[in-house]
Amino acid sequence: MYYYLALAAALFAIGLFGVLTRRNVIGILMSLELMFNAACINFVTFNKYVATDALVGQMFAIFIVVVAAAEAVVGLAIVLLIYRNWRGIGMDNVNVMKW
Amino acid sequence: MEFQLPEYNLRMMLPEIFLFLWALVVFLFDLLSKRRSESAVGYLTLLGLLICGGLLATTGYGRGFGNMFFSEPMALFFKIIFLGSAFMAVGSSFGIIKQKIVNHRGEYFGLILLSTVGMMFLASSQELLSLWIGLELTTIPLFILAAFFKDDKLSVEAGIKYFVFGAFSSALLLYGFSFLYGMSGTTEIVAMKMNLAALFIANGSLGVVPLVAMVMIIAGLGFKLSLPPFHQWAPDVYEGSPTPIAAFLSVGSKAAGLVAFAKIFVNGLWAFWGAEMAPNDWGYLTGILACAAMIYGNVVAIRQTNIKRMLAYSSIAQAGYIMIGMVAVNEWGLEAVAFYVFAYLFANMGAFAIVAIVEDKTGSCQIGTYRGLSQSSPGLAACMAVFLLSLAGIPPLAGFLAKYKVFAAAISLAGQSQDYTWLYWLAGVGLLTTVFALYYYVNIIKQMYFSAEESPYRIKPNAPAVAVVAIGLIGVVLFGIYAEPILQFVKDIPAAAGVIPR
Repeated sequence: MYYYLALAAALFAIGLFGVLTRRNVIGILMSLELMFNAACINFVTFNKYVATDALVGQMFAIFIVVVAAAEAVVGLAIVLLIYRNWRGIGMDNVNVMKW
Repeated sequence: MEFQLPEYNLRMMLPEIFLFLWALVVFLFDLLSKRRSESAVGYLTLLGLLICGGLLATTGYGRGFGNMFFSEPMALFFKIIFLGSAFMAVGSSFGIIKQKIVNHRGEYFGLILLSTVGMMFLASSQELLSLWIGLELTTIPLFILAAFFKDDKLSVEAGIKYFVFGAFSSALLLYGFSFLYGMSGTTEIVAMKMNLAALFIANGSLGVVPLVAMVMIIAGLGFKLSLPPFHQWAPDVYEGSPTPIAAFLSVGSKAAGLVAFAKIFVNGLWAFWGAEMAPNDWGYLTGILACAAMIYGNVVAIRQTNIKRMLAYSSIAQAGYIMIGMVAVNEWGLEAVAFYVFAYLFANMGAFAIVAIVEDKTGSCQIGTYRGLSQSSPGLAACMAVFLLSLAGIPPLAGFLAKYKVFAAAISLAGQSQDYTWLYWLAGVGLLTTVFALYYYVNIIKQMYFSAEESPYRIKPNAPAVAVVAIGLIGVVLFGIYAEPILQFVKDIPAAAGVIPR
């Protein structure tokens, strides 16, 4: 069980690092997906080893997949808008507002 | 294995189901009228919200869908707040749909409704899965709404910022949830509390895992509530997104985050991390965040020149005041939170409605635009002054009573228990920062009233916007003077939420 949890924690850490350091919107989106999937793995692992009597954790994982897909759709649509407005998808450009 | 269907009892969900279907009707109506629906689609949305409010009033307390959907006083009260904020946001959108949103009016209003449905589900859930789904259903439409002006760089930037922060916070939240599930083996909040307490008694301690989960969840919800240091998105998103959407974000979405917070911490983890067993860890952490929110929000708001950014920082500060009530977990705490959000609904939505009216006419959100407004449109200026004074907490307006209740809750708990004497400090910081707040609110009133030059703008607001301002004004004044019915209603909330066994 701890191997799975360690895998999830590693994925989560990679995702966290990616969100905070990536300068490319697509990269940020990918890192976000990693974080969602880390939580997904956690749920399935706990379902298999801790709370074995019901499938709550696996149901939760399926819902996470669906919602993550929905979020990716909206995110990619916004990325398209960024491309249209700035002719590029670097986060450095997208910085019109400050303080 | 015998399989038993849960008791669905769908009648409990009637308002949510209706509002969801109504959102589809709004989408379709705009399409079928060949995108020429003008303001009819807006009135249709308002009608739907009113009918939904009526349905809500006829749905009694109870539960449905197994143990996933509860209709109880806190849910009902916050659903009224969500519907109210959606109503006022839609009402103040009529100027924008005339000028800026030409092709997608149905989507605009339909998405506001869908987001409201998400908030309502969230308020009724007692279970991590439905709570999280409700939160996502709330935020995903808001991502789209924030980026609604597709060719406006500010709006698109607001959209991407809100998206990245929103998705990031929900991933943090989810990771925290997964550990709570792993510790307790269940996602039902009440059962989770019992299991964790049993585990604690058996082992003497729970180790570091619940602490990690707690920090993750506070960070995740802190983004929704815009508590520093998780607040950076708020000013940018408020400035860039359409003004009614900024208003909806600042009241509806914030109230949704508060409900989630109350469910998870006050309802779920408090009894366990309460005074009897161990120090109230989440209370300390939240107290520090609340303190930071009040200081940071109020101080930075002073130097803003854009009124939407100023209101954003003011809403960060208001979230800090609300969290004082949340930390003071006794019979007055949740009550004070509920009443505070109620008062905040009218004052903030009213202020944003006036910002929207002025923006429709002048195209600008700079505070300088408000110079001399009292001569050219005295009614509008007077209403704005009342809303700002209520936000600042001046008696006899509703904002004063709300602030008083929050501070009273904190001070009374600090007097009751040795573990909570730090609440004196929190209340003290709150009182002190209220003075800062007064400065920047009164600055706008000064610009409107004590300016030598007369405003060049003659502002004629449209009927729905006037109605919204009137609702806000009535709410702020009436519930400041005569709040008895609301106070009676919110009295039931802590008992029903299981905070105080009466």
